[in-house]
Amino acid sequence: MSEITQEQVAHLANLARIALTPQEIASLTTELGSIVDNVAKVSEVATADVPATSHPIPLQNVYRPDVPGTTLTTEQALAGAPDHDGSRFRVTAILGEEQ
Amino acid sequence: MAKAQLMDFDKALELFEPVLGFEVHVELNTKTKMFSDAPNYFGGEPNTNITPVDLGLPGSLPVVNGEAVRYSISLGLALGCSIAPSSRFARKNYFYPDLAKNYQISQFDEPIAFGGSVDVELPDGRMFTVPIERAHMEEDAGKLTHVGGATGRIQGAEYSLVDYNRAGVPLVEIVTDIIYGAEKDAPELAKAYVSTIRDIVVALGISDARMERGNLRCDANISLRPRTAPGEPPAKLGTRTETKNVNSLRSVERAIRYEIQRQAQILADGGTIIQETRHWHEDTGTTSAGRPKSDADDYRYFPEPDLLPVVPSPELIEELRAALPEPPAARRRRLKQEWGFTDLEFQDVQNAGLLVEVAETVAAGASPQAARKWWSGEISRLANAREAEASSLVSPADVAALVALVDSGALNDRLARQVLEGVIDGEGTPQEVVDARGLAVVSDDGALIAAIDEALAAQPDVLAKIKDGKVQAAGAVIGAVMKAMKGQADAARVRELVLERAAAS
Repeated sequence: MSEITQEQVAHLANLARIALTPQEIASLTTELGSIVDNVAKVSEVATADVPATSHPIPLQNVYRPDVPGTTLTTEQALAGAPDHDGSRFRVTAILGEEQ
Repeated sequence: MAKAQLMDFDKALELFEPVLGFEVHVELNTKTKMFSDAPNYFGGEPNTNITPVDLGLPGSLPVVNGEAVRYSISLGLALGCSIAPSSRFARKNYFYPDLAKNYQISQFDEPIAFGGSVDVELPDGRMFTVPIERAHMEEDAGKLTHVGGATGRIQGAEYSLVDYNRAGVPLVEIVTDIIYGAEKDAPELAKAYVSTIRDIVVALGISDARMERGNLRCDANISLRPRTAPGEPPAKLGTRTETKNVNSLRSVERAIRYEIQRQAQILADGGTIIQETRHWHEDTGTTSAGRPKSDADDYRYFPEPDLLPVVPSPELIEELRAALPEPPAARRRRLKQEWGFTDLEFQDVQNAGLLVEVAETVAAGASPQAARKWWSGEISRLANAREAEASSLVSPADVAALVALVDSGALNDRLARQVLEGVIDGEGTPQEVVDARGLAVVSDDGALIAAIDEALAAQPDVLAKIKDGKVQAAGAVIGAVMKAMKGQADAARVRELVLERAAAS
């Protein structure tokens, strides 16, 4: 059985800035738990001699040449923004600071 | 906010050992961004150099800039690091609008370079080896402007405006291991270390390395641990603070000194150091508390599924190794010899962090002594007066042009200093300032002779003395002529002409 706790779900929700009700936390804890259990089944077939992978396709070194391409116009860039000042995105005041 | 109490620096060092660590971010000067083909350029019109990748729009996919990988490997090699046979990117998840994706693509458990060291020269010439833990590739974030509130700072801001031109600019973050043993040299070591990193990236040609523009940024970690009696085991490491926003060589040194004094006083008073981010304020020379390390540091790194591993071939690594410029220490020895500087002259330049500037000024055609004289003299003086970095005031090309104007006789030293101020104030190139302000030396002998004849006529007693062979009396006439010319004359030429005219009269 999974070890996902309600505290972990509440913590993740906080990090992701998603407000959850206690009911939602309870149901998500159960759902996340079963997802983790299902994924964990992989470890039943993955023995020590199977290396961990972050990618299913055996590709590497896929690079782009260092040549500038087409950019968005400011209008295009801002088209989907909930709010802007004509050239910059406008967001609500941020508590905390730059990373 | 109450002003922090500071312990005397020497006393702090008697009681505590400073333990350091640095994270230096280097913006690479590739033509395009790290993961998109947007131009690697910011500072212009907001939100003009961006693509769907930089905005994290649905359906867009990042692709690694191959040139940025080569630059990163070169930098890793120059830092004496091993290059990872295979490295990969990771997502660093955090919610802050400086990146639109809600994560930064960085490297976490598999950085491209690890385990190196950098030899740094202290002001007195001693070498100190700074251990390098790793250097990894990542992307820079966008720029936020906080609007509203009393001070325009974050607290009290009503909203923030975001420009993503800088989002996705290629960065290499260089992380040192814990640095022990710097002792009282800790502030100078910090400055010398960042200066050396700057020399390295400039020599490699992989970054513009302008600190005032944020091309090179230093976060300084520092903690203090109490000294123990000889024979006793060392005390355990103290709690560290991370000072950010340290964007000049001079600030790096000051910020370390300040944090040592501040932490020492707190510890001596029986207080505890809070593990937190602190912000450096250039204007007051102090740090203030930022956010405490907390939940927000839970970045939930995981491998970036949109990107493939970076597996540089041994041939590529050896090709880049063979192309490395000479190491900074060897370069310093060579330049000192080529320039013919004394130990003192060279150390002045080195300690002021002006090696790059002098080298570039010489490369632009100035003599080494003239380049040194201007950078260590007038430019440094103006930089101090303006509390700015000398390198941010004027370009090496403009200094070389100024030197050329002096060498050609078009300017004397006094006029050249005025021209320099004009260049620094943004009035254009030295020649443009000369033209706009009409500052050139009067080299028209006719104009000089007219002024000399007038001065001689006004001072007949002086004329008589000169004719008697009392040449030093000419000084009074030279002074009058220089005054008439508003200083815009070559005093040596005036003297020659005065003696000629006196003899001929």
